[in-house]
Amino acid sequence: MRLALVLSEVGQGLRRNLSMVVSVVLVTFISLTFVGTAILLQAQINQMKSYWYDRAQVAVYFCTDFSSVGTCDQTAATPEQVAAVEAQLESETLAPFIDAYYFEDRQQAFENFQDQFEGNAIASLVTPELMTEAYWVNLVDPTQSQILADALSGLAGVESVVDQRSYLDQIFDILNASSFTAIGIAALMLVAAALLIATTIRLSAFSRRRELGIMRLVGASNRFIQTPFVIEGVVAALIGSVLAAGAMVAIVQFFVQGYLSETLPQTSFVGLDDALLVVPVLLGVGALLAALSANVAISRYLRV
Amino acid sequence: MIRFDEVTKVYRGTAKPALNSVSLEVLSGEFVFMVGASGSGKSSMLRLVLKEDRPSSGSIHVLGQDLNRISSRKIPYFRRNLGVVFQDFRLLPNKTVFANVAFTLQVIGKSKGFIHEAVPDVLAMVGLEGKAERFPHELSGGEQQRVAIARAVVNKPSILLADEPTGNLDPTTSMGIMTLLERINANGTTVLMATHDAGIVDRLQRRVVELVGGRVVRDERGGGYVTQAIPQVQPDIVIPAAGPREGLR
Ligand SMILES: Nc1ncnc2c1ncn2[C@@H]1O[C@H](COP(=O)(O)OP(=O)(O)O)[C@@H](O)[C@H]1O
Ligand SMILES: [Mg+2]
Repeated sequence: MRLALVLSEVGQGLRRNLSMVVSVVLVTFISLTFVGTAILLQAQINQMKSYWYDRAQVAVYFCTDFSSVGTCDQTAATPEQVAAVEAQLESETLAPFIDAYYFEDRQQAFENFQDQFEGNAIASLVTPELMTEAYWVNLVDPTQSQILADALSGLAGVESVVDQRSYLDQIFDILNASSFTAIGIAALMLVAAALLIATTIRLSAFSRRRELGIMRLVGASNRFIQTPFVIEGVVAALIGSVLAAGAMVAIVQFFVQGYLSETLPQTSFVGLDDALLVVPVLLGVGALLAALSANVAISRYLRV
Repeated sequence: MIRFDEVTKVYRGTAKPALNSVSLEVLSGEFVFMVGASGSGKSSMLRLVLKEDRPSSGSIHVLGQDLNRISSRKIPYFRRNLGVVFQDFRLLPNKTVFANVAFTLQVIGKSKGFIHEAVPDVLAMVGLEGKAERFPHELSGGEQQRVAIARAVVNKPSILLADEPTGNLDPTTSMGIMTLLERINANGTTVLMATHDAGIVDRLQRRVVELVGGRVVRDERGGGYVTQAIPQVQPDIVIPAAGPREGLR
């Protein structure tokens, strides 16, 4: 009996304020789409970070005849100096931090360079003599590159010690900034959604003020009076959340997996399983937001 | 049943109190008229009994509860013991007579079975059998007030509050409503009725509490609209608010 009564009140409320309900649906839809995008972008960044950071190496570059950087004095590093660096890499202080390392001579560096810049004009200008010899080091913990830098950059014949992660960090900073922008927009839109839900509920309460007045007079409990309004807000917001979840899944399925993955096959992208993990978050945020703001809106109306 | 102790009510933004140190006791089963000019504070008193408003000072006890101490969560349950009717009926225009009365019971969670027994009973009691499926706009004013009374008493409240229930009705129809209220009172419900209908008060000869400018100036058993007690010296001070006072006339 009571459930049927509550549900019929909810239905009446939704129909009576149809245009407001539609705007609640749209605003929740858009704001939660931003929330979902922000979450997936973070997931994407983390995924790329762990992929690339694991592969990031530390390069120990040696002096060339043309270099005056670091300890270099426009003379190429001697084989003895190279051996001294290798001895350091094998020493008891550094060895525990090092997973693997290999030496890249000028010829190998030249071939790698030719591979990377194949077809580019610069490739034909470079000769093996211009290339730099280097040790490429994989660390056990990729965050500890500073240890190598401290130990090796002062040695004779060493030009510089470079952590590849410093290049990656720039890229990730840009991605992070865009993800925070999305989060910022999402937060603003969520505030708008909450206010709109509160207004809609207050309007709905106003159009039912006669019933509300009689309910209060005859002793309907506050919870009983509140429930239809809260459900009304939650239903509208949930419709928006479902749309946002659908948009999320569609973006991942058709844009990320369908387009980005085809275009950049080496990169691993967030997949449907990640999107499906975000769906309950969106539904939860939508429902909670609506329940809270509807509750606040209607309890103001109920205060004696 | 209802007790006011030195109750003063000053509305926000007004200087003059709507009720000024009112003390009054209404016993179980009494029928009390509250008379006085418009603005003398009758409706304010009824609203305080209903806990729709709180007094500025003084205390009010209704059905053994101190209304200053009752928690806001308990107010709805407290109100289930009270019935209220107004001058303007306050029916739901889009609901039938039956649905209007049933609504009261639905929102306090009564079962369907109970509703289908209680509503026809109370409609018969107020003389509206056969009109259950009518809508309010299809009824006369007197009939609409009967629906409102049915709604107020269907849950068998201990107290019925009536704020000028005959204010919109002609004298004959009013007398019909009064007969109904007397019958409800005879069945044990305490009735507190605000009115400035002199004809009704004089005819019924019940307890009369007269308000002037928010003060009780007369509290008389079996009185008329205008006092018959002579001489009258500051009656709100001389007459104690409570207790039997049969010798006063
Ligand atoms: N909500 C309110 N706010 C301010 N003043 C009010 C309010 N309700 C009543 N009053 C004032 O309180 C006094 C008593 O009003 P009321 O109790 O309605 O008298 P009655 O019912 O006897 O006509 C009047 O002066 C009225 O203007
Ligand atoms: Mg009044």
